[in-house]
Amino acid sequence: MPQALSIRGLKKTYDNGFEALKGIDLDVQQGDFFALLGPNGAGKSTTLGIVSTLINKSAGTVSVFGHDVDTDPVAAKRLMGVVPQEFNFNQFEKVRDIVVTQGGYYGMPVGEARDSADHYLQALGLWDKRDTVSRMLSGGMKRRLMIARALIHQPQLLILDEPTAGVDIELRRSMWEFLQKINAAGTTIILTTHYLEEAESLCRHIAIIDRGEIRANTSKRELLRQLTHETFVLDLAQSLTGLPQLDGYSTELDGDHTLIVEVGQEQGLSGVFAQLQQQGIEVASMRNKTNRLEELFVRLVEKNLES
Amino acid sequence: MRIRDHYIALSTIVHKEIRRFLRIWMQTLLPPAITMTLYFIIFGNLIGSRIGEMGGFGYMEFIVPGLIMMSVITNSYGNVVSSFYGAKFQRNVEEMMVAPVPPSVILIGFVLGGVARGLGVGFIVTCLSLFFTDLQIHNLAVVMSVVLLTSIVFALGGFINAIYANSFDDISIIPVFVLTPLTYLGGVFYSIQLLPEFWQQVSQINPILYMVNTFRYGILGVSDIDLRLAFAIILLFIALLYSYALYLLRTGKGIRS
Repeated sequence: MPQALSIRGLKKTYDNGFEALKGIDLDVQQGDFFALLGPNGAGKSTTLGIVSTLINKSAGTVSVFGHDVDTDPVAAKRLMGVVPQEFNFNQFEKVRDIVVTQGGYYGMPVGEARDSADHYLQALGLWDKRDTVSRMLSGGMKRRLMIARALIHQPQLLILDEPTAGVDIELRRSMWEFLQKINAAGTTIILTTHYLEEAESLCRHIAIIDRGEIRANTSKRELLRQLTHETFVLDLAQSLTGLPQLDGYSTELDGDHTLIVEVGQEQGLSGVFAQLQQQGIEVASMRNKTNRLEELFVRLVEKNLES
Repeated sequence: MRIRDHYIALSTIVHKEIRRFLRIWMQTLLPPAITMTLYFIIFGNLIGSRIGEMGGFGYMEFIVPGLIMMSVITNSYGNVVSSFYGAKFQRNVEEMMVAPVPPSVILIGFVLGGVARGLGVGFIVTCLSLFFTDLQIHNLAVVMSVVLLTSIVFALGGFINAIYANSFDDISIIPVFVLTPLTYLGGVFYSIQLLPEFWQQVSQINPILYMVNTFRYGILGVSDIDLRLAFAIILLFIALLYSYALYLLRTGKGIRS
């Protein structure tokens, strides 16, 4: 069974000499929900741009379900749907026309394209806006319009470049549900995002790219296992005048009611609570300082910067 | 299967293009109608009546074919250059590029869109000209073929201009500084027989002269140039411009980094 996406030795040097990709290899299994993470300028959008044939590569190969995008572009493109980072639809066209026209580009007869467009416009909560000129939509609606457009031909691989950028939390969660639903129905999904909570909630496999190189590429579970320390924020029931001593833990006081504790993977939290209890300090609530993936991401990127 | 899909994609592009210029008819169809009506009134009626005959015909009769052709040329070119550059500017050209639409289908689709507007405006101008003169058609086949081929030439030219354009200024430079002067000097308003020998020779390197005169032959039956040469030149331009536009599209010039 071919991989949904297979990238080998992919390089990209832009005309100004910037080396965006330095020969990356990447495989995405069929049915996966895959995140490609990295800081700004890491090469995420360049990678997805080359896969979707919007950017010319300098070297390497890309194949989608076994179809090389250079030698068999028609078959490869037919299997892909692409949601770019920037709004790229005609701002003067109506919502439904944009989606139906995209179906035409994939060879769908008008009737079939209309049925499919109506289905996705309803599923994505855009049905009431179907006759609205696209520039009148809100940012979140424009993002959903691009998802509907990308799904019109029912692709087996959906590529989303920061699909929830600038979208409010409620809408973001409804988009997550929608994406999880189509992934459960068999569509392989690749996304880039700056919301690491999004990647942690949705994805089964994660690759981290930085300065044109893949730094990590594994399952989310395995990646989180690499997290040697987690930082917890403890909100205390009473105020403290000085920093409490917790043997084996690194601590920091943030104001007089908040204690920040770094906990090693092998240590666990019970030791923290036991020592605090011994000192008569009561914990009112507790949370992760950042989400776990974010902590790991920052460490990997910082390590790369230092090296 | 693929041929059917490509046909649907082509038809989608053409319909989208026609929908576009019909939606903005106040910018696309009305201005040439008004401009050409003014040409008919001012040059044909007011000034033309004092000029007398040109090439054996009344001045109005003489300029009508040239003015129809001028509107076909500028609108075929203008439709493609503005539409394709607009698609680049708004990045909705990417909708076609991510889909399995071959570059040749994209090119032909935009060209047919330009031809549709060029011929549409040509038809409107022809109808308007009937208010000013009796239009007799000498050779319908020549009229139809030369207007269609000319429209294709300039639609292709507009496409290449749009590929190279990096700003809205870039899409008006060629029409203003190249196309309009060549059209005016292409025998729309005068017969090149009126020019001194040297300028007659110079005029013959202007491709628009061949198109205007062939069209005029189709309507009036008179021409300053050899029709076979004219058709050969027009077909040569189509072959060269099509090949070059397709090459630019395939390599992603101006649309892929």
